[in-house]
Amino acid sequence: MYLTEEQQAILNGSKGETMAKVMKTLVMYGDAFGAEKLVPVTGEYNHLVTSFGLKMIGPVYDLMDQLIGAGAVSQQKFSMDPRPLDKNVPANPIMNLIFNKFMYSKQDFYEDQLQKLGLMDKNAFTCACYLDQVGNKPKKGEILSWAESSAVAYVNSVLGARCNRNSGIMDIMGSIAGYVPYFGLLTDEGRKATWVIKVETTKKPEAQLLGSAIGMKVMEDVPYIVGLDKWLGTELTDEACSYLKDFGAATASNGAVGLYHVANLTPEAVELSESLIAEGAKEYVITDAELQRVYDEYPIIWKNKDAKPKLCFMGCPHMSLQQLKDWTDKVETALKEAGNKKVLIPTVFTAAPGVIEEFEKTPYAARLKATGVIVSYICPLMYMNNPLAGKMPVITSSNKLRTYTTARYYTDEEILVQITKGGK
Amino acid sequence: MKTFRGRVVAPGNVTAEALVTHSGLNTLASFQKALQFGDKEATCGDQNNPDLYGKAMRGKALCLPQTIGSTTGGMVLYCACAMKRQPACMLFSNHIDSLAAAGSILADVWLDDVSMPVIDCLGDEFLNYVKDGMRITVNEDGTVTVDDL
Repeated sequence: MYLTEEQQAILNGSKGETMAKVMKTLVMYGDAFGAEKLVPVTGEYNHLVTSFGLKMIGPVYDLMDQLIGAGAVSQQKFSMDPRPLDKNVPANPIMNLIFNKFMYSKQDFYEDQLQKLGLMDKNAFTCACYLDQVGNKPKKGEILSWAESSAVAYVNSVLGARCNRNSGIMDIMGSIAGYVPYFGLLTDEGRKATWVIKVETTKKPEAQLLGSAIGMKVMEDVPYIVGLDKWLGTELTDEACSYLKDFGAATASNGAVGLYHVANLTPEAVELSESLIAEGAKEYVITDAELQRVYDEYPIIWKNKDAKPKLCFMGCPHMSLQQLKDWTDKVETALKEAGNKKVLIPTVFTAAPGVIEEFEKTPYAARLKATGVIVSYICPLMYMNNPLAGKMPVITSSNKLRTYTTARYYTDEEILVQITKGGK
Repeated sequence: MKTFRGRVVAPGNVTAEALVTHSGLNTLASFQKALQFGDKEATCGDQNNPDLYGKAMRGKALCLPQTIGSTTGGMVLYCACAMKRQPACMLFSNHIDSLAAAGSILADVWLDDVSMPVIDCLGDEFLNYVKDGMRITVNEDGTVTVDDL
């Protein structure tokens, strides 16, 4: 890899041993992917994935201490994935004991480390940091060192920023050095689509189901999606962006997609059209039947497949302000139709602290509260990732949550019936 | 006995027993329980991976196409290495993915007393040939020798 004089000097130790190791890490990372150079990180903020103070990740805290001790902190402020704990989310006393005293006992300690490393705000904990209410929204063409698969897919695809699917810890290495290796989704060539997806459904496809089908088919490749603009339009409205947020999270978790193009809608597809499609691209046709096949093949890993759900999580990735408002209307209407006043299954809608703050200023907040739905900034994944919660029959319309936990997937419409009418 | 040649991502020499998955290794799902609850053998906790679920991963020559799942994957692999619960080596049939690359490189650079050779680009033939329990020898030049059972 070609290094500038400054980069080579850092690698040789001009800024100390720790910075030399940071640089070595990035050079080895680039070498693994044939990168020819390091390029400057140009985004204003970073976003890191490891937000949880799990007791088990002691080696991470040791590494962070080493970085802080050497003054090797992030050159950019950064947001983080969501917090793992919120006392508003239902949990029995044993779960609370395990969460607070055992699993996440290092949360405060870790957040203190993050402050020292460059956390942008004490409430900057969300996977949807690119929403306006959070304020970490990269611009088209900016080079990033982010992790969090759903956020990387969104900023690459919807905002046109350039970021690889980085791992936790590697994310902060890039913003400490101020450079990332130039490969993959940072390059024009790496952003070309090697799949053409033809959406030929008779109704608007469920975002998280369509994303799942495409993710499982193309894995880490870049898809160019034709026919979705029929359902989403050609403007990046709040509704379209919320759809793409959920769709992208499913492509990234059910596969490993870091970038997708939607014909006539996402910025590079609008600008470059079919010239984005690489020669010899494969084709995948999405029909109603294909989506049904994908849905029917999801394994149900509850011990009792007929168990009554004990909890419903919506918002993985975190919901947008528009989604919170839309779901308030939907839940109210469905409860009224069913003759019920409150949801029949404990239900948690998750969103960024900044989004919740804005939502609380609207009349929708009191209306949603009256339905019994809880609004939280928690990470549902972190709540579910333990043996006790793992045994609970939890339902969700998040295909990401389904993939990583024992939660059972239903479409948005089915979830609405479950929580307002008890599945009838 | 058959020898395959791949590309060295993290160098080293090691001999170990093969443990094979034909689907992607979900690093978080596979290691989380083991790391969290003190399982020194790093028993795979990923219920969606029938090839590995319930099998000890520590000290094995882990043969796989690639890793998948959460971008915490590299961090989890780094922690497994720091806690000495890592595979003896990781042998990828495909090009290594960014998450596994991060985990193995972080371990190589930041941990003093850990060795986990990583070889990629070994090809589909390698993954079709190797079976659980076969004896694997990894050399620093990227050659991987598989002894039949």
